[in-house]
Amino acid sequence: MKNKNDSTAVPDTGHVWDDNLRELTNQPPRWWMVTLYLSGLFILGYFILYPAIPLATGYTKGVLDWTQMKRFNESVKQIEAVRAPFENKLKGMSALAILDDQELSTYTVRSVKVLFGDRCAPCHGVGGAGNPGYPILADDDWLYGGSIDAIQDSITDGREGMMPAFGPILSEQELNDLTQHVIALSQGTEHAVGKTLFEDQGCSGCHGEDGKGEQMVGGANLTDGIWRFSPGTEDSIKYTIVHGVNEPDAAESRQAIMPGFEKQLSEAEIKKLAVYVHKLGGGQ
Amino acid sequence: MSEPVKEVQQNLEQLCHEADYWHVNTGGESIHAKRMPGFYRSIKWLSMTVWLAFFIGPYFRWEGRQAILLDIPGRQFHFYDITILPQDVWMLALVLLFFALLLAAVTSIAGRVFCGYFCFQTVWTDIFTWIEEKLEGQPSKRMKLENAPWTFAKVRIKFLKHTVWLLIGAMTGISFTAWFTDAYQLWYDYLTLQAPMFAWLTVGVFTFFTYLFAGHMREQVCFWLCPYARIQGVMYDRETILPTYDFARGEPRGKLKKIENTVNVDKPRQNDVLSGDCIDCKQCVAVCPTGIDIRHGQQEGCITCALCIDACDIVMDKIKRPRGLIRYASLDEIEGKPVIKLSRRPRVMLYMLIMVLAAAGIIYGLNTLGSLELKVLHERQPLYVLRSDGFVQNKYVLKILNKTKNDTRVTVNAVGHEAIHLVGADKPLLLQAGRVTAYTLFIRIPGDVVLTESMPIVYRVVDTINPSSYAEYESMFFGPAP
Repeated sequence: MKNKNDSTAVPDTGHVWDDNLRELTNQPPRWWMVTLYLSGLFILGYFILYPAIPLATGYTKGVLDWTQMKRFNESVKQIEAVRAPFENKLKGMSALAILDDQELSTYTVRSVKVLFGDRCAPCHGVGGAGNPGYPILADDDWLYGGSIDAIQDSITDGREGMMPAFGPILSEQELNDLTQHVIALSQGTEHAVGKTLFEDQGCSGCHGEDGKGEQMVGGANLTDGIWRFSPGTEDSIKYTIVHGVNEPDAAESRQAIMPGFEKQLSEAEIKKLAVYVHKLGGGQ
Repeated sequence: MSEPVKEVQQNLEQLCHEADYWHVNTGGESIHAKRMPGFYRSIKWLSMTVWLAFFIGPYFRWEGRQAILLDIPGRQFHFYDITILPQDVWMLALVLLFFALLLAAVTSIAGRVFCGYFCFQTVWTDIFTWIEEKLEGQPSKRMKLENAPWTFAKVRIKFLKHTVWLLIGAMTGISFTAWFTDAYQLWYDYLTLQAPMFAWLTVGVFTFFTYLFAGHMREQVCFWLCPYARIQGVMYDRETILPTYDFARGEPRGKLKKIENTVNVDKPRQNDVLSGDCIDCKQCVAVCPTGIDIRHGQQEGCITCALCIDACDIVMDKIKRPRGLIRYASLDEIEGKPVIKLSRRPRVMLYMLIMVLAAAGIIYGLNTLGSLELKVLHERQPLYVLRSDGFVQNKYVLKILNKTKNDTRVTVNAVGHEAIHLVGADKPLLLQAGRVTAYTLFIRIPGDVVLTESMPIVYRVVDTINPSSYAEYESMFFGPAP
């Protein structure tokens, strides 16, 4: 077979090693050079069309005037166009009506999930699982009511619990008796001395005579074993009785403030969030 | 001289005259293979017709739609009555396994049958060169034309040839795209220039590469681009039958000197040094589409198309020698070793076993293509919720796929505990046709009977219209530690 690449005729640089290793001055293959020039043209075109060269102040904008921000906004417009038909339907509807509509409530749950993650999940946990000091949203124990309207009100105006601190008022023994009664309530029984205190000290005013709570004032249900301030241990219950909730003068008082979102979110967003929360598992 | 002797002499002179003209492919110039009729040539034409299915397949209709349709945007594959959704795509893996093993089995039995008879590269190349021969004539004429000055006649022939090539390329591209969307509508779109950009682009790419590969690169693709050519080469063993030159019979080869031996057709062959049957006429090289010399033994360039067998048989007939100097034979056979039966070759048997298993899996899959499919996602945040009525509640998202063409309704139940309260599925759930519909359900179990932190729950959805159609999925129920 003939050697196709006979190199004897090719000029060299004059550098020869080991008698016969010559450095040839072959041109690169033409396809290679063409590719190189085409790449150069591509870069040139790119520099003309797109933002490319950083300057002392700013940069060359390119004739297409392309920016990432514009592209992002276009994408946002696209997703908004997909959502528009649903959103238009939602506008005129009450949260209750949305809840009753299978398709729209599914849309609502999916589309508002991100907003829930941004605004609600930091305290109430992803999926409404709750956090120490922050109520679980996935259960059916509601301080202010679990109807869709009540939930919507809670998000719109916020909630601020209030319970006086009994530490300065009652003796140590009385505090213990009251604590025992609260524990007994959660187990379906009662503590005779504690029960008297419960009624005399006005606890039943908010928590109800039977201890089942009063949603009008946000009084917690003490009988269901679900604790507003977890864990539901004796120490924790007594702490709440001693220091109260949101007592303005007591630094150790329990904090229970949920901000109102009326100014931060649109009415439609709040409506959707209410549907989302209602469907987490405990809506009534 | 007697008649047969004269005839053989003439034949030999003609063959030897031609022999100087054929040489082995070194990649420097294009191969212009000679076409000779024969048994394997006919087989190749026959096997090539398999590819007609590629061109006419998209035009069959079934129940108002394309019979075979790869609907990528709709994520469905239709094959007549069968619709395969992405959820059933595991069968595709078995199909691929089946064909991979088929390739291996066939290759270990009879060499590169795929390359020689079925591969689109060799088939398209064969068609392209056939057209070339029809337009430009025999290989010698073609080479002459190649070197001829650019006259009007040459331009006309070349222009015609390249146009036909490009048309075939375009048809290849159009046929390819027709598998993915309604073929008739697509043709309408092409003809009215309304087809989507992507379709045009695909046709363009196919046209260009068909033209480049089958028209210009040809055997170079087999030599330098194709991985299968290399993979298959290592699947041969000593028992694989391949187009083989019987060197024991053919050597020593020689040209005209042979006449004295050959012409005495009725006498036994003389036992001298020039008694080989190969007359070195190079017809085997002449017909080879990859331009190799099979007499050097099996080599990477051989696509086992067996066209050299046809050529050699014709030559043997002409010089009144028995056929089969080049024939399908294993290395063992040529070397005179005993031939092992197919059933005694473990490798082949293993390939076939895997193929049978894969085929069984595909048949099983096609027979159990349910119309419903269920997936249950258990809510993890929170894993469970305690309710004020003392129940433990778990949340589930049921994703139910309805593979049928009609909307339907399903009843849902869950088993795993005697006190399960299923919430959210009092009425049958509506499922949209051909889609996944998601429903959120709750299971509540009284807290005093939840005795373990977790227990298995089996969901079962049953079609209300056709109760024999159902789907099940095992999930878990979580509760507080007892």
